[in-house]
Amino acid sequence: MFVEEKTSLAVEIESLVKKYGNDRSALLTILHEIQKQHRYISDYAQQEIARHLNIHPVEVYSVISFYAFLNSEPKGRNIVRICRTVSCEMKGKEALEKAIERELGIRIGETTKDKKFTVEYANCLGLCDVAPAMSINDRVYTRLTPEKAVQLLNEVK
Amino acid sequence: MEIKKLERNGKIIFSEYKRGGGIIKALSMKRDEILFELKDSKLKGRGGAGFPTSTKWMLTAASISDEKYIICNADEGEPGTFKDRVLLSEYPELVFDGMVIGGYTIGAKLGIVYLRGEYEYLQKPLEDYLNEMREDNLLGKNILGKEGFDFDIEIFLGSGAYVCGEETALIESLEGNRGEARNRPPYPVNTGYNGKPTSVNNVETLATIPHIILKGAEWFRNTGTDKSSGSKLFSISGDCDKPGVYELPWGTTINELLDLVEAKNIKAVQIGGASGFCYPKSQFDRKLAYEDAATGGSIIIFNENRNMVSVLKNFMEFFVEESCGQCTPCRIGNTKLLEGVKQIEKGVHTFSYINKLRDLGKTMQVASKCGLGQSSPNAFISILDNFKDEVLNYNNGGANGRN
Repeated sequence: MFVEEKTSLAVEIESLVKKYGNDRSALLTILHEIQKQHRYISDYAQQEIARHLNIHPVEVYSVISFYAFLNSEPKGRNIVRICRTVSCEMKGKEALEKAIERELGIRIGETTKDKKFTVEYANCLGLCDVAPAMSINDRVYTRLTPEKAVQLLNEVK
Repeated sequence: MEIKKLERNGKIIFSEYKRGGGIIKALSMKRDEILFELKDSKLKGRGGAGFPTSTKWMLTAASISDEKYIICNADEGEPGTFKDRVLLSEYPELVFDGMVIGGYTIGAKLGIVYLRGEYEYLQKPLEDYLNEMREDNLLGKNILGKEGFDFDIEIFLGSGAYVCGEETALIESLEGNRGEARNRPPYPVNTGYNGKPTSVNNVETLATIPHIILKGAEWFRNTGTDKSSGSKLFSISGDCDKPGVYELPWGTTINELLDLVEAKNIKAVQIGGASGFCYPKSQFDRKLAYEDAATGGSIIIFNENRNMVSVLKNFMEFFVEESCGQCTPCRIGNTKLLEGVKQIEKGVHTFSYINKLRDLGKTMQVASKCGLGQSSPNAFISILDNFKDEVLNYNNGGANGRN
């Protein structure tokens, strides 16, 4: 089944290249889509993308390693980002963070054993007026209390 | 409490506007007339650097090329800034109309919104909005019947890098590279996206332009100060009862702003986000303007119970993480400054070493390649200077031997 999975990834990349073009400027958009679908960009995906865009795979890796939202190692199915900026820090970010760490049994930067969650810091989610804030995947939540944050995590499938 | 759109009011940006209004007016004008109107308005870039918008557009318009681009810099990553979030979610008509006017003026056929990855949830509604504009022929071919004026807008999603707010790093990122700042010259107005003339403008700058075109430069200049015309959106957060986005005329004092948001017992105000300056109570009569306390709009308020060392530590951790690492002053400098703050926190610092770090900060301001490293020591230096007793004597309660 391993081979089949890789093939489907190759097909997916091919269709993305078709959609966004094989110009270098399409690279980040393609990476973003793969990241969204698979939550990481595997070595194989990097190679395939590089082949289509006619660049060296290490160019692709170089770009992935630069951006905080792209990663070449698998992460959890859901990415939780706690805003660590000063406005959120003043409004109780630490309590939020500790509650989440306790509840999930992991530290910031880690992934739960069941691969359900990865918890990270975000550098300012731009929600300082409704702090403290965190995001789960592409949704954001504001004016959180530790209790509310944990409840939101529990609601995630 | 959170402010709703209907409750927002302001003299310029939040004044009444109907979609397409600015475009209709602009298309009835010659390109030169638009540029002179903007020049006359003395509009400066709202991202923080304050470069005259008319000059940027004139240079891009004057560049000879088959392709040109106008880019909306929506990579709002400065800690404490959220005005672009409000503009894009509540006033997309202003931003997009500003881009269309820009496209017409400089001769671009494509506009690109570089939307920060953290605002991914705005992408879908913005795409929908662009489709509505296409249906109304505010985008597309021969816009509003203007023969030969074709223009469209795309949205490009960033991937979580603060440095991409720097215009050349943003262009690198659009081109599919690491977001590392370029050497300048050449400037993007000549050699920008894909090597073509490109104007990169802040969301707020673009949102201001339709109003100026519609109501005139003089109307705009009536607000604000001589050197800072018009108004500014301030993103206010921290210790106050009414955080949010406010439109205020340039020249408003810090004191007036604090009264407005009902902030009490305030010790310090950070103006311009992590890369800005920290002002103590004695300077609350300073004016928010390009010529005095300049800012891209981020205002973070600290009351008397806040600990300035931990505030500074938060800022320095931010810069250590967000430095792109390509130039040494920024990469190593920020790390050293953070180490210094940690020493202060532990009480193992020496005064002479901290003063050396202050000098290092001064070096970073001149030696760093881009705005990130040039401005990252601002918080360190201003907090050290303005809260010297508290910082240097942190381990004995900030008393400097008086207790």
